[in-house]
Amino acid sequence: MYKIVAKKELNPTVTMMDIEAPLVAAKAEPGQFIILRVDADGERIPLTIAHYDRKAGTVRIIFQIVGATTEKLNHKQVGEYIEDFVGPLGVATHLEGLKNVCIVGGGVGCAIALPIAQKLHEMGCKVTSIIGFRTKDLLILEDEFRAVSDDFYVMTDDGSYGREGNVCVPLNEMFAAGKTFDEVITIGPLIMMKFVVAATKPTGIPCTVSMNPIMIDGTGMCGGCRLTLNRDGEKITKFACVDGPDFNGYEVDFDEAMSRGSMYFAFERHAHEEACNLFKKEVK
Amino acid sequence: MPNMSLTKNPMPSQDPKVRAHNFNEVATGYTEEMALDEALRCLNCKNMPCSNGCPVNIHIPEFITKIKEGDFEGAYQVINKTSSLPAVCGRVCPQESQCESKCVRGIKGEPVGIGRLERFVADWHNAHSEEAPEVAPSNGHRVAIVGSGPSGLTCAGDLAKKGYKVTVFEALHTAGGVLVYGIPEFRLPKKIVQKEVDNLIAMGVDVETNIVIGKTLTIDELFDQGFEAVFVGSGAGLPNFMGIPGEAYKGVYSANEFLTRSNLMKAYLDDPVTPIMKGGNVAVVGGGNVAMDAARTALRLGAEHVYIVYRRSLEELPARREEVEHAMEEGVDFRLLNNPVEIIGYHNPDDRRDPKNGCVTGMKCIRMELGEPDEKGRRRPIPVEGSEFILDVDTVVIAIGTSPNPLIKSTTKGLEVNKKGGIVVEEGTGKTSRDGVYAGGDAVTGAATVISAMGAGKAAAKAIDEYLSEK
Repeated sequence: MYKIVAKKELNPTVTMMDIEAPLVAAKAEPGQFIILRVDADGERIPLTIAHYDRKAGTVRIIFQIVGATTEKLNHKQVGEYIEDFVGPLGVATHLEGLKNVCIVGGGVGCAIALPIAQKLHEMGCKVTSIIGFRTKDLLILEDEFRAVSDDFYVMTDDGSYGREGNVCVPLNEMFAAGKTFDEVITIGPLIMMKFVVAATKPTGIPCTVSMNPIMIDGTGMCGGCRLTLNRDGEKITKFACVDGPDFNGYEVDFDEAMSRGSMYFAFERHAHEEACNLFKKEVK
Repeated sequence: MPNMSLTKNPMPSQDPKVRAHNFNEVATGYTEEMALDEALRCLNCKNMPCSNGCPVNIHIPEFITKIKEGDFEGAYQVINKTSSLPAVCGRVCPQESQCESKCVRGIKGEPVGIGRLERFVADWHNAHSEEAPEVAPSNGHRVAIVGSGPSGLTCAGDLAKKGYKVTVFEALHTAGGVLVYGIPEFRLPKKIVQKEVDNLIAMGVDVETNIVIGKTLTIDELFDQGFEAVFVGSGAGLPNFMGIPGEAYKGVYSANEFLTRSNLMKAYLDDPVTPIMKGGNVAVVGGGNVAMDAARTALRLGAEHVYIVYRRSLEELPARREEVEHAMEEGVDFRLLNNPVEIIGYHNPDDRRDPKNGCVTGMKCIRMELGEPDEKGRRRPIPVEGSEFILDVDTVVIAIGTSPNPLIKSTTKGLEVNKKGGIVVEEGTGKTSRDGVYAGGDAVTGAATVISAMGAGKAAAKAIDEYLSEK
């Protein structure tokens, strides 16, 4: 059992929690993930590590309430416990030697992008951050990003905060102005990452994406998280849990990943509604 | 007087038509009368050929003699001396190619039903014995076991019996490894596995779930923590795929994923929390025991029609005969000498948001014929040109094997692995290239049987005991 030691609502659909998990905290690096089960008989879900405190032995997760499991997790309060919490899984983001990086985060993906930006900043790397959201109400972690970024852009699709437009707008402007980076690292919805990759491609700058496919065990056993890379004209199968979650964005077959990601949409929507109804009944 | 019947007492089983739609155990087990009658078929051969056929050398004639005497607990104690998991082995061991293949009674007629008797004895013990297992006096040495599957549990049990302080590390949330995530409830009820794990805990073994060795802790850190030897039984790893077009479509599973969803995550329940695609037609590709498990699971989940698609003929089918017969009785449709060449998916040209887009609609197969035997003596399947056809299916489960788990080799310096990623060990001891590190089971051999993994766990326990005694 793993204790929840802090909880904060970042916006109406995104919650932050610090979980006591000293063994995970001792090893965690930016880009890695954990798998949790809220309760016995619960579903296993992967969440990327948003922050860790080795001294306190805590690991921070930031999650969007999208299904039954995240709904249940969001109902847990400080001092309560979750059943299982295992990690750190996956390969940490490769950051050594980087001097000038552009981080592009979208939505709740910003929670994963932040520790990378922080680590790069600590290393003395120049950090340019672009974070984007649908609308002002969904904005998260603005101050945290600002604190570690040399250049910083906030975008909203509807213009309700920061600049109007998607994350590719400032990225394209920078490229047009001849700006260059050692690497572009992007984390967010698949469709956003696909466009960031497309925008970066003409510059030849390496572009790393963080994939978050459906997983079960997360330890290299089930193969559910497989994705296809196109490498030198050859299609190869990789597994996000042990080979990733970071991949070379130019190689990833995003259309396939989007299709596979939608496999259980109907089931998830139904399960989420049922979970909500259950909680509503409890409140009554 | 021995019972000279040429045939085994048949195993009582659920009716195939009924059991094809429930997850209760298929075989319901011998009654005391049946066990006594079957035990009387044993001639108590002095040279015990059967025991030599057992990877963990159970003293078979000795336990059967106890059954004849009506001393079922005594029979259990005989088995327990050499096997840590009798209720499991009695169910899933391929006895026909091990102990029973060596039985003298098998020369004329059927061999003694050793597996059925072992299961009877273990179940009898579990139902009747309240006695806590013996806890051996501590010898002060600590051993870490990586993985709680059959090899790890066996190694842990044997070492605990010798007084070692054993800690088993399990990556998943439940102990049991493949016995829990892989083998279905209808073949091996999970409460039996839990009972075996509880038994080890009662013997003083610590079981730590949610710890991925190679990630949460490394092997080197285990030594730093004071463990003096480590046994790696991390099991099967990533599933193999065929490399044909369409394997990423929605509805294509590896057998590991399909079975994990159903077994470990209980997707077979009426109101599951983990989803699984079910209903419609399901094709399982492959001919091993895992393929049979997947096909029979698909039936029970409510599939209308389940195919086994295998590129060779019935004769080469690697699954246990009993599993194949069970699957056939339950209505699994065997499409032998067929090889998949492409999985076909749905595309709505007018609506790219159609949720059916990317879902499996069929599998293109080609007919095969058998040619000359290959180096292993199995006749090589050759495609019959122009014989392609499409099988209408909604789900495809690929059960063509796995490769060893990559996590440990990538984080343990000096641990030698072979081309396929299996840990290289000394035959008979499980000793690896790293001092104090032993390994066994699928992590070494690639996909094999529960009992061979147990045999490896047992051999390693003996070697670890010798290593630490000399130290």
